[in-house]
Amino acid sequence: MKDPGRLLVTDPPALGRYGDFGGSYVPETVVPALGELVEEAKSALADQSFLDELSSLLRDYAGRPTPCYFAARLSEHAGFPIWLKREDLLHTGAHKLNNALGQLLLARRMGKHRIVAETGAGQHGLATATACALLGLPCVVYMGSEDIRRQAVNVAKMRLLGATVEAVDSGSRTLKDATSEAIRDWVTNVRDTHYVIGSVVGPHPYPWLVRTLQSVIGVEARQQMLAQAGRLPAQVVACVGGGSNAIGIFSGFLDDPEVRLLGVEAGGRGAGPGENGASLNLGSPGVLHGASSFLLQDQDGQVLPTHSVSAGLDYPGVGPEHAWLNSTGRATYCVVDDRQALAAFHLLSRLEGIIPALESSHAIHQAIGSRPDDGGPVLVCLSGRGDKDLDTVLTEAAGD
Amino acid sequence: MTDPRSGSQARIRQALQGGGGSPQVVPYLMAGFPHLDDTVGMLLAAQGAGSALVELGLPYSDPLADGPVIQAAGQRSLMNGMTVARALGQIRTARAAGFTIPLVVMTYLNPLLRMGLGDFAGQAADSGVDGVLVTDLPLEEMGAIGEAAAHYGLAITTMVAPTTPDSRIRRAGELATGFVYCVSRTGVTGSSAATADEGPELLRRARMQTDLPLALGFGVRRRDQVLALTGLADAVAVGSFLIERAGEGSDPARAVAEAISQLRG
Repeated sequence: MKDPGRLLVTDPPALGRYGDFGGSYVPETVVPALGELVEEAKSALADQSFLDELSSLLRDYAGRPTPCYFAARLSEHAGFPIWLKREDLLHTGAHKLNNALGQLLLARRMGKHRIVAETGAGQHGLATATACALLGLPCVVYMGSEDIRRQAVNVAKMRLLGATVEAVDSGSRTLKDATSEAIRDWVTNVRDTHYVIGSVVGPHPYPWLVRTLQSVIGVEARQQMLAQAGRLPAQVVACVGGGSNAIGIFSGFLDDPEVRLLGVEAGGRGAGPGENGASLNLGSPGVLHGASSFLLQDQDGQVLPTHSVSAGLDYPGVGPEHAWLNSTGRATYCVVDDRQALAAFHLLSRLEGIIPALESSHAIHQAIGSRPDDGGPVLVCLSGRGDKDLDTVLTEAAGD
Repeated sequence: MTDPRSGSQARIRQALQGGGGSPQVVPYLMAGFPHLDDTVGMLLAAQGAGSALVELGLPYSDPLADGPVIQAAGQRSLMNGMTVARALGQIRTARAAGFTIPLVVMTYLNPLLRMGLGDFAGQAADSGVDGVLVTDLPLEEMGAIGEAAAHYGLAITTMVAPTTPDSRIRRAGELATGFVYCVSRTGVTGSSAATADEGPELLRRARMQTDLPLALGFGVRRRDQVLALTGLADAVAVGSFLIERAGEGSDPARAVAEAISQLRG
């Protein structure tokens, strides 16, 4: 592999706009800090010594490049070749560490002494707690009390790593409320604290910054497909909550118009209000957590509760770049429900000996049902591993 | 021909700068809290207790700038069935019942976007609203609502914080047509000891950059805090303290009136 840990560095979009989406809608207290973050991130990403330090950490600490694996038995089951980009093999078990390591190096460069983060499934909180332990910075992770209940193992891991996990009891007690609470902490402690957002959401420059740090997935996967499959994939499939693993892998193929990009949203229990996390398919334009995008809201502009069997997709918003890719048609977005994701979870476990995260299971389900016209290879971003989901899966099985 | 915008602007300026001595007290109340139909009675009670102007909060499900007290009040109000349209109807009722002091609506962007910024500004002005403050709308994005507000004669209030540099404070003063809201500390509403009170320093900086009335808010709950701002702030906004009082007793209007009287000394 050429240059493992290489990022696709672009200029930030003007005013953080992706077409009609993006921007920066936050209380005045943090506006100056966001301006500083734009400038610091631009300067860091143009600094070869910063990029070298990050790529050596990604390689030697996190385990990059992650493999691109031809899933022979899954392919046989589907009737066409399927490749898995194995972010589940990254240190801490998901793609989230790519972003956390980059943002922590940036925080240190900015002289910030304290880190806050939000987490849903716990993978981003775990990645941030890990990076904080590595760099010796104190870390506070906000997590909805409902998610704390469903993701007890990740909570225990974060505490082992020295992070403080703050339970959030407001609203739906999930990722949305944890995000709001992390932003409130940041508003209060903005002078010495860096807020590590876990997905391509939030005010400018976060969607661009997180995308850049996750682009390592797509840069690697494109090289690997050319080297191992001898061609580009016909289709790239990834799950979309906020959408960071999807943007990461899509970013490697955006300039290849023959590669179809398919995002998979959480269909939850159905299309009714509060029953899913499918912001692009079932939501409408609005502003949440600092960005204009699609969101699940009622007729009065109040944000709706959400549901997904996977905590990481249980979010009423979506990254603004996804809203833009959806509106231009460059990427398409579909919905996979809880039951289908659970079936794919079991299928991949049995056929490949890989227990996928429930988030990634949504993408697996969609991939096996989406035969490309030319029968060509489908590349799936296996964004994380499923250890964290065993309790949920066993409970669901008992419930059935 | 009179400029309708100057009407609200002049009313607000006169209300906030008419006090002479200690700063005016500006209560923040939550529409539809504690009960859906408490709004009108509380507005009249706030006026009766000598408020110069009332800020009326319209609830939003995800209020990023609010601490636990106002968050909980907003949730309760939403559960009570409050909407932007319903709140505007209550303001219209209050105006018909003799509520005459200026009223500024304080809320977040998304519910207004959903209604449409032009429709909101038109209906708000028609219902007797004088001004609007959108907490998560930074100066850079003020254009869209600024135009709609100007068209219908609503005043705009902008916010500045201790982290806002002087050049931005000047811009906030240029974009505001009502008053400039100065946030006393980095933090959310109701926050107290967690961060230092940087209000006086911010007010001194803001006074150099704008002639508009200056209101200070976030964390004020006692008369001595109001008095300490004499000569620095034209007005002091009090939110979480009043919301707590309104939520406690069986007569929220009376509780709010008593608390305002206490703050006015």
